[in-house]
Amino acid sequence: MNFEFSDEQNMLREQARAYLAEHCSTEVVRKVLESDLSFDTKLWQGTVEMGWTSAATPEEYSGLGLSEMELCVIAEELGRSLAPIPFGSSIYLAAQAVLLAGSEAQKQQWLPRLSHGETIGTLALSEGAGSPSYDLLQAQVRNGKLTAKKTPVIDGMIADMAIVVARGDSGKPGLYLADLSAAGVERKLLSSIDESRPQAEIIFTDTAVELLGEGQALIEQLLDRAAILFAFEQLGGAQRALEMAVQYASERFAFGRQIGSFQAIKHKLADMFATLEMCKANCYYAAWALTTSSDDLPLAAATARVSASQAYYQCSKENIQVHGGSGFTWELDAHLYYRRAKVLSLVIGGERRWKERVVSQLETAEAGAPTAA
Amino acid sequence: MDFNDTKEEAQFRQQAKQWLEENIVQFKQEFPFEVGDNVTDSQAAELAKAWQKRKFEGGWGCLTWPKAFGGREVSIMEATIFAQEEAKVMPLAGMYIITSGMAVPTIMTHGTEEQCKQLLPSIANGERLWCQLFSEPAAGSDLAGIKTRAVKDGDDWIINGQKVWTTLAHVSDWAILVVRTDPTVAKHKGLTYFVIDMKSPGVEVRPIKQASGESEFNEVFLTDVRIPDSQRLDAVGNGWRVAMTTLMNERVAVGGAFSDNVEEILEVARTTPLGQGRAIDDCGVRQSIADWYVKAAGLKNIGLRQLSTLSKGGVPGPEASVSKLVLGIGRQDLAAMSLDILDMAGVLAEDDAMGWGSHDFFRTIGNRLEGGTDEILRNIISERVLGLPAEIRVDKDVPFNQVPSGA
Repeated sequence: MNFEFSDEQNMLREQARAYLAEHCSTEVVRKVLESDLSFDTKLWQGTVEMGWTSAATPEEYSGLGLSEMELCVIAEELGRSLAPIPFGSSIYLAAQAVLLAGSEAQKQQWLPRLSHGETIGTLALSEGAGSPSYDLLQAQVRNGKLTAKKTPVIDGMIADMAIVVARGDSGKPGLYLADLSAAGVERKLLSSIDESRPQAEIIFTDTAVELLGEGQALIEQLLDRAAILFAFEQLGGAQRALEMAVQYASERFAFGRQIGSFQAIKHKLADMFATLEMCKANCYYAAWALTTSSDDLPLAAATARVSASQAYYQCSKENIQVHGGSGFTWELDAHLYYRRAKVLSLVIGGERRWKERVVSQLETAEAGAPTAA
Repeated sequence: MDFNDTKEEAQFRQQAKQWLEENIVQFKQEFPFEVGDNVTDSQAAELAKAWQKRKFEGGWGCLTWPKAFGGREVSIMEATIFAQEEAKVMPLAGMYIITSGMAVPTIMTHGTEEQCKQLLPSIANGERLWCQLFSEPAAGSDLAGIKTRAVKDGDDWIINGQKVWTTLAHVSDWAILVVRTDPTVAKHKGLTYFVIDMKSPGVEVRPIKQASGESEFNEVFLTDVRIPDSQRLDAVGNGWRVAMTTLMNERVAVGGAFSDNVEEILEVARTTPLGQGRAIDDCGVRQSIADWYVKAAGLKNIGLRQLSTLSKGGVPGPEASVSKLVLGIGRQDLAAMSLDILDMAGVLAEDDAMGWGSHDFFRTIGNRLEGGTDEILRNIISERVLGLPAEIRVDKDVPFNQVPSGA
């Protein structure tokens, strides 16, 4: 048994961290947050040049053919640096969907472009308030034409294509590929809690779409795989928030002492560390399950996802608390992590949805083979 | 990253399984018992010792020990593989946690060659079970504040004082012991570490009745107990350093194994009616179960990570404190959850399939206290992992006999 990343993967991590430290400071994040920009094009181009967008794409579709494990390493660093780019939408969601369910022709058409950042993709799942539900799914495809109102769609304003969850002629939910420059697509930018990752409403009216694949199982499979990659982004962000809090607690004096010498602060930070360690272990296990397509991937994914959402929320909010009044200012970076923590925890369904998946997977495992846990 | 056994590990597991399967059958014929039998503690100790003897004779008794002491010098990974397989067939292996997990590494690290030769063989062959005489009524988290005195008398030491929370003291043959040999120096500096025969005159063991109703722990009274200087481990005044070796191993031993009760809580939820259906159909119940599972999985995966570190020759770090912290609080909440699912009937403590919840509701109180309280663990994490300032110590550099004790 070996529970660590390989030397090559650790080198990739160091390289990514160094690159992002130089090209993705919080000033870069703020530039997108505080302006009408939708993403940082220079950084996006940089991730393409570094080979990150094409890392897990097979070589036959002009990718680097590395494993999902490398993508996890990159995701953690992107999360850590709050990268204001459509990496998750385009790579974990759109490219993964094509890879998972696309025909050979669709893969040839889309994967090279997605992997080289020439095309930006996203997933259009939500139709408004409440957990996405197959029972209540409104989006409808008839004779290859989609009618739907999808909101919010992350990176919806800048995406060139979207994977749309809709009900087809057969009545089954499926994944449909929509070219967003096609006729019958209207988009509107929405105000959101983290505008360094903008959200849009997209209305499809008789828009021509292609079927990628049908069935709930396929959609769940896509979300499970993406959940692990998003969990690594969350892990990276949570880790950074804890570091910020520890550093401040060591530097700030009150009552003649470093505030980090008071147990009220020390114990808070210890609890953050404990949650983070649990999250890290769950993420690592899930990365392995993802890379090996292990049977317990769905359970491992849901576990990592819940763990990561909880860890990032705890670390980002308590980081603010440790900073006291300054943590409540726009000027201090602490709120950037707090924003991102919430956006990432809701992006492919919130905690409740993923906790439900944990328990339903446990029930499935119990009904079949005994669970490993 | 690979969570499967390597080829060598799989081979070792196969050998372990084979030996266990062959021997557990014979063992149960000689010593008939079943898991959950109401065996007394002394019967359990006899069984555990007999099992240790059999393992020793079969070459599985002290896998990681040096060959010089009858060990096989296998890796920690292999030892863990054996322990995993053993736990499936032998529920009493846990009785050796203090003996093998704490006393042995301490003796090996700090004992002379002579002491190792004298003490280790009787542990290896199942003759002696050990306990740990550390905590005192006035020294729990502040362990270095112990008051039990050892006074030199010729080549012997005379021990007087009281120890508490001693697991297995009533069935143990020997013990590791920390005492104060010099009250005129600062508290950490006046301690010395000994090993002691529990049958020595003047050793009296009295059981403690816990809030859970059971008696797993004891008070141990030491009255004019005479032990030879040859039973001292390491130098006079070095007791704190030696005790640290024991405690670091304790956190590894305690944090290593746990039952997550996931199947049990699912069973409670499945068999309890709620509204038109069952508790397991209720969203709130499902969310709470998921919360626990995510923690249980995290603990399991942290354990695997630690194992992976150990297998590469790394040392167990203070990160092990995380597991113990999360486990104690988590299992207490889990027990409370199981009672809440049963609702009004959750007040019952019948000895049936649901009985674990009412038992654990009390037993887990102790999980958060034994082997380092939640608060001490948080101090360890924040100071040794996160690098925050150590607690302000008003008793530092003050002679122990001048430290305010509130008494």
